[in-house]
Amino acid sequence: MAEITDAPLLEVRGCRQAYHKDSAADLLVLDDVALSLRQGEMVALLGRSGSGKSTLLRIIAGLLRPTAGEVLWHGTALTGPPEGVAMVFQSFALFPWLTVQANVELGLEARGIPRAERTSRALAAIDLIGLDGFENAYPKELSGGMRQRVGLARALVVHPDLLLMDEPFSALDVLTAETLRTDLIDLWVEGRLPVKSVLMVTHNIEEAVLMCDRILVFSANPGRVAHELAVPLAHPRNRQDPAFRQLVEDIYALMTRRPAPAAPAAPGPAQPAAVVPLHRVGTNGMAGLMEALAGPPYNGRADLPALAATLQLELDDLFPLGETLQMLGFAELAEGDILLTDAGRRFAGADTDARKALFAAALRAHVPLVATIRQVLDERWNHRASAVRFRDELEDHMSPEYAEDTLRVAIAWGRYAELYGYDEEAEQFFLEEAA
Amino acid sequence: MPRSPLPTLIAERRGPNLWDLAAAIVVFAVLVGMARVAEGTFLPIAAPHALAISLDPANLPAYAARTTLRMFAAMAASLLFTFTYATAAAKSRRAALVLIPLLDILQSVPILGFLTFTVVFFINLFPGQVMGLELASVFAIFTSQAWNMAFSLYQSLRTLPADLEEAAISFRLTPWQRFWRLEVPFAVPGLVWNTMMSMSGGWFFVVASEAVTVGNHSWTLPGIGSYVALALQKRDLPAVGWAILAMLIVILLYDQLLFRPLVAWSERFRFETTAAAEAEDPWLLRLIRRTAVLREMGAALRLAVNGLTGLRLALPLRPARAELPPSRAVDRALLALLLVALAFGAARIVQFLSGSITLGQVGQVLVLGLFTLARVVVLILLASLIWVPVGVAIGLRPNWARHVQPWVQFLAAFPANLLFPPVVLLIVRFRLDPDIWLSPLMILGTQWYILFNVIAGAAAFPGDLREAASSFGLRGRLWWLRVMLPGILPYYVTGAITASGGAWNAAIVAELASWGSTTLTARGLGAYIAEATAAGNMAQVVLGVAVMSGFVVLFNRLLWRPLYEFAARRMTL
Repeated sequence: MAEITDAPLLEVRGCRQAYHKDSAADLLVLDDVALSLRQGEMVALLGRSGSGKSTLLRIIAGLLRPTAGEVLWHGTALTGPPEGVAMVFQSFALFPWLTVQANVELGLEARGIPRAERTSRALAAIDLIGLDGFENAYPKELSGGMRQRVGLARALVVHPDLLLMDEPFSALDVLTAETLRTDLIDLWVEGRLPVKSVLMVTHNIEEAVLMCDRILVFSANPGRVAHELAVPLAHPRNRQDPAFRQLVEDIYALMTRRPAPAAPAAPGPAQPAAVVPLHRVGTNGMAGLMEALAGPPYNGRADLPALAATLQLELDDLFPLGETLQMLGFAELAEGDILLTDAGRRFAGADTDARKALFAAALRAHVPLVATIRQVLDERWNHRASAVRFRDELEDHMSPEYAEDTLRVAIAWGRYAELYGYDEEAEQFFLEEAA
Repeated sequence: MPRSPLPTLIAERRGPNLWDLAAAIVVFAVLVGMARVAEGTFLPIAAPHALAISLDPANLPAYAARTTLRMFAAMAASLLFTFTYATAAAKSRRAALVLIPLLDILQSVPILGFLTFTVVFFINLFPGQVMGLELASVFAIFTSQAWNMAFSLYQSLRTLPADLEEAAISFRLTPWQRFWRLEVPFAVPGLVWNTMMSMSGGWFFVVASEAVTVGNHSWTLPGIGSYVALALQKRDLPAVGWAILAMLIVILLYDQLLFRPLVAWSERFRFETTAAAEAEDPWLLRLIRRTAVLREMGAALRLAVNGLTGLRLALPLRPARAELPPSRAVDRALLALLLVALAFGAARIVQFLSGSITLGQVGQVLVLGLFTLARVVVLILLASLIWVPVGVAIGLRPNWARHVQPWVQFLAAFPANLLFPPVVLLIVRFRLDPDIWLSPLMILGTQWYILFNVIAGAAAFPGDLREAASSFGLRGRLWWLRVMLPGILPYYVTGAITASGGAWNAAIVAELASWGSTTLTARGLGAYIAEATAAGNMAQVVLGVAVMSGFVVLFNRLLWRPLYEFAARRMTL
């Protein structure tokens, strides 16, 4: 492990990233983010999908220019991809028409390094990362784990000061991901990794605790660094170690803690409720989770880390589910636990038709978008309404992608609750009874 | 087996709009300009001795070689055009605003109708030289090849995978390196495929462009096309047979030596992360890979290319993407400039046409267009009725498909105009009605695209769906309507678009056919254009071609595009 020094390698100050929209006010993706990175540390940016942590990583990589604020690299402001920063991608981003070796040499070629040196350095990186024998293979001949090894070798071969990793293991299966993690940590601890610092984006709490010296917990809407924790455990770390477990518990608690002015405002469409993106959560998943919570051993209350392990759910699956149940009044999240409410218990015990009725009532009470759609349909003489107007309204409050996703979710939920139907060809909502 | 490519012309959802009108004005203003030059400097050229054609079959290899050379010259020009035009359109938002509608109109103009005065134009560029004729022929082939290639590259450049683009930027590749390491490789499969389709279409034009008659003047360029033209004039059926044989051999060579190795090679660049079942390499590629000498040469070539494309041509690195709104003022200035140019072009077109064309004539041409439209529609329907069942039958049997598909590709490349003489002869012998019996010639060459795509679609039909259909006892009408036809619809539409586009173009040659001194005419827009050409009436040619372009554009926009979008939206898994 490289020695930690105080001189900051990288500093992000007052970084703000807004999504620009003509009609409405700017939508904030990142707000006033500040962080600094010193030599010799491995830092995790922990947050959920959509919290803007990948955007921040791209700003640090010089791929994106922030709307406001600055990024200082070795003390000077960043204007493009800096030399000395290399990136590992979630999707590997290997060039399918280049062999493993040619992929690894790419960054060296861009620097104009002579062929002979390129070859020897590439072979060294391939050797370091355990890819010997695959030099002439094309990426499509490799398994996912081997592909990400190529991605790592490609980044390491340029001997970067800072290695950026964007959810590097999330596209891999559990066993493969664990092997890659421990291989990387071993190299890091032995000081054989030709980098000075590592910054990784992840949504996996245990991964962050397992690998990193420092964890920055990201909150969403808009994204900002909400908490910062040091991981005082020595490598190699043991996931079963009580200190390890405690840290994981603490982070779960931090991430489920409600923001102070929590305002599940008095329901009712009369009041212009804040339009928030809906999570892409299916009704089957919600029902499944409520049934699991209602039954033994949980009997209505479960510890989130334990629940995640038992149900084999990733953080990115479990949190949206839990928050959606909370929004609908079926469950409560607090201090790393999830509690089923009375409505939730009733839902778990009901038959299909009763569930639909409960769900419909919850939607009309707690999801203004669904309530508005139904209200408009009731008022129209032909009980049909174009989806376009709802999408336009949503786009005043969120990016087009989120608006589209949110509308999809509203369609699926409304269909399940039998509040309305949707005609895909005409892009219209309609009332079932009237059709 | 190459995957059926998306037709690039319909990949973007656009109804007919003002940009199309503007693009149409530009295209026709330029063509009118060329016609004016052609008309104004109409000088009799003494046919040089070099242009004499002999019907001796012994000359055919030499003729075939010249025809092929013209093909490749045009291909080189098309590639050059593709790499400049499409790159410019993809890299500049402002350029794309003009270049893309222009390209769209250009590929709808039946260039065969303009063959005559492009010939005269080029002859006047090089008075008294064979060079002018050669260039005219190459230009005609170029116009049949370049547009879809440019579209293909443009589409690829616009749909680069975001993560690879980020990787290229973050590893600080220079724009030159990025172009050769990321953008071109990503575009290769589509570009190779479209190049091959263009080549196939090009044989038709090279044959048509070698013998041209305008008014009282005829020009012939030594080649297979002019050989056939002479044979028709002399009523020499055996000579026609020899020409067909020569063409078969040429296409077979081109298919085996170029088409197949290139397509197989381009598979490497297909953007897939999973290894697909790969077809066996064609023999020539195997030969190159297994022969030491050839392999060494290939390696040396690769080293040179890699060195060149890896150069860090030290243009300044692009700074990080900034969300800066584009300058409105510059936009407005450009738009104003464009409008002035358009007004000027429109005025010139009106001026050119108003002297010699009356409104009545326009109406008459529109009616003729309806006749040809009816032919195209009926022919596409007939061809579909025949080739869809055949294609499905072949496609569902992988063994058959593997053997048949290369032959269908081969048939699609064969210039159908060489097959016209025997058909015309039959019509003359049996005194058949040319209005009906000349029509099939229009689709002779392009029907194969329907068969080809249907085979590909049926071959790609998911096995589990077929099993499900048979386990539920679906058969007969229900099987076709609920299972197979929806499954192959996207592929069928792709093929039918190509077939109908080709049929419009072929109408110009097919609706007016001759055998010696006998001339057969079918009532329609194609015959109108062909007759106006023979009479040297430029205004009528422009009118005819403009109306035909209009029909093609409307047909594409109002029928094929919506149908394709429907198929892509609803019929894909």
